[in-house]
Amino acid sequence: MAKYIAIWTAGALALSFGNPTLADVTIGVTVSSTGSGAALGIPLKNSVELWPSEIAGEKLKVIVLDDAGDPSIATTNARRFVNDDKVDVIVGSALTPASIAVAGVAAEASTPHFSASPVPPNISKGKWTFVLPQDAGLIARTLFAKMRADGAKTFGYIGFSDSYGDLWVNQYKAIGAEYGLEMVADERYARPDTSVSGQVLKIVAARPDAVLIGASGTGAALPQIGLRERGFIGTIYQTHGAVTFDFLRIAGASADNTVFASGPVMVAEAQPDTAETKKDGMDYVTTYEAKFGAGTRTQFGAHIHDAMAILKKAIPVALEKAKPGTSEFRNTLRDAIETGGPFPASQGVFEYKADDHLGLDERAVVLLTAKDGKFELIE
Amino acid sequence: MDATIATFLIQDGLTNGAVYALLGLALVLVFSVTRVIFIPQGEFVAYGALTLALLDGGRVPATASLLICFGLLAFLVDLWTMRRGTSTAAILWSVLFNLALPAAIYAVTLGIAPLALPSLVKALLTVAIIAPMGFYVYRIAYRPLADASVLVLLIASVGVHLAMMGLGLVFFGAEGLRARPLSAGSFAVGPLLVSAQSLWIYGATIAIIVGLYLFFEKTLLGKALRATAVNRLGARLVGVPTQFTGVTAFLLAATIGAVSGVLIGPITTIYYDTGFLIGLKGFVAAIIGGLASFPVTAIAAIGVGMVESFTSFFASSFKEIIVFGLIIPVLIWLSLGAGLHEEE
Repeated sequence: MAKYIAIWTAGALALSFGNPTLADVTIGVTVSSTGSGAALGIPLKNSVELWPSEIAGEKLKVIVLDDAGDPSIATTNARRFVNDDKVDVIVGSALTPASIAVAGVAAEASTPHFSASPVPPNISKGKWTFVLPQDAGLIARTLFAKMRADGAKTFGYIGFSDSYGDLWVNQYKAIGAEYGLEMVADERYARPDTSVSGQVLKIVAARPDAVLIGASGTGAALPQIGLRERGFIGTIYQTHGAVTFDFLRIAGASADNTVFASGPVMVAEAQPDTAETKKDGMDYVTTYEAKFGAGTRTQFGAHIHDAMAILKKAIPVALEKAKPGTSEFRNTLRDAIETGGPFPASQGVFEYKADDHLGLDERAVVLLTAKDGKFELIE
Repeated sequence: MDATIATFLIQDGLTNGAVYALLGLALVLVFSVTRVIFIPQGEFVAYGALTLALLDGGRVPATASLLICFGLLAFLVDLWTMRRGTSTAAILWSVLFNLALPAAIYAVTLGIAPLALPSLVKALLTVAIIAPMGFYVYRIAYRPLADASVLVLLIASVGVHLAMMGLGLVFFGAEGLRARPLSAGSFAVGPLLVSAQSLWIYGATIAIIVGLYLFFEKTLLGKALRATAVNRLGARLVGVPTQFTGVTAFLLAATIGAVSGVLIGPITTIYYDTGFLIGLKGFVAAIIGGLASFPVTAIAAIGVGMVESFTSFFASSFKEIIVFGLIIPVLIWLSLGAGLHEEE
């Protein structure tokens, strides 16, 4: 028995010292595959499975951890990535508070970080954090411009009673006046609420020209259905968080006469061939839906694809100068991400700059409407 | 705010309050008989609503196979307790309740789920799938702890709640589902639009309250449950099998949970974790009822629904704070009035 233990110990020691994976490019991913952000985290986790196994001849080692959307677990995960796994890149998380936590660790350990959720400006200005989703300002400008073009002067707002809901009110306060818009109602609800009748009644009583809903996933369907039940016939505007097929399934016929701001990946097929986001979008959508079933694509998962689209170009540049696992490699990789653009991807064309880690422009937003249970591009 | 808005809000509050009343009653029932603060009550609501929504889509709900797993686990627990010798009859009963019953329910579900069933049949099937889970949850988690302190039982409840919520995520996915109403359509009463589904909710709530009253007042089993609630030891001394009353309480609670799920599933989007919040609102009502009084709980639940409805109109961002804040003055009042409570 003792002999076996000795052999196993020796084997384990040999493995840990002569670690053959040391030279591989290591990526740590932390997402909320359980908890309240699971609807966002699960497609992210699934999309990681579609990543290639190597880039420019270097093997990719990917570690995926669950943070349940909790900033303290996300911090622990990020610390594990930088201390134990010596990762070259951190990706995550799916929810804003957890992403802020990860960004802190990434900055401290000088490791490039892709946030898969929008983050506040003080975080996106950080040296090491790059943001994948469309910035709320970009979406808000598109929606407000569309409202003005549709002739709306007043709108009622109903959104989540969390930071996502606040985001849109803050955008209105910052830029709403430029579009000649006035917000006549500001109502909040929580995703697990069983009824939004009170809020909806108040909005309808304020007689707005339009309604903006600041919510995500199927949670955005509750006020949508409520407004239509109470006889609101004006146009309803939804943010990119609501653009999922599950939303259409729940909202059904009440989703008519609605304008959605969305990333282009949701209608990858309908884009003109000249669109720079079409090729990557189609790549992602076909492989994802081949593996997880038709109609399962989400915008959230596409962000993970886009992180890889950027890394595919940036890692070879960094490899020329340094070996993975070293701080020089992380430094050159960061520089390559910041200066190596533009990177065409599924959700937009990323072009980061030293003073702009959001990196997206109008090419990352399309306007959609719902018809017969499908999303259609508004020209 | 005018009269029309007020009547809409009252109607909305009444509808939600009726569902909270059902949950509050179930919580009081379970607590008074077994001293368990039944946090997973809300999970039965979510399971019920999601099961109904899946049946609507003609799919076999995962809860049916989950029921088999629960039964198997309960059977193993039974075998473990019987390891020091047992009778053939006891094993046969165990096989019947833990293996044959869920298998039969599963087979029926598998057979009739793809058919285009009338809504009422789907609703009954849902209750039939969910209700036995109460029995298994009791058998697996609570019966081994029957004589533990309230605190230990509460911790066990938290564990069961987390486990059931996690299973819900695995089986139903993270996105919400919405069931079809038991009967569609609505009709106008003056300015008010009353949906047929809300009539089902009022009807079911009243029926369950009357049913519980008759059960506790008129039947021997109901009286045994009341005796256990008043004094466990005394009840045991006069020959009430307290294990059996415990099973009955959990079975009733799960049934009420499943019925609430069937009722609420069509009026809102239900997620795997929605049940907890709905259950908590019922809990607020149960606390106001001192975890003892059925009528006070039912009235308090309607009150919670009303407060929620009106605050969602006037101050929607503070809705939850106000609803859960209701507990504080009640707790102060109860602690002033009751004096020192010794745990038995």
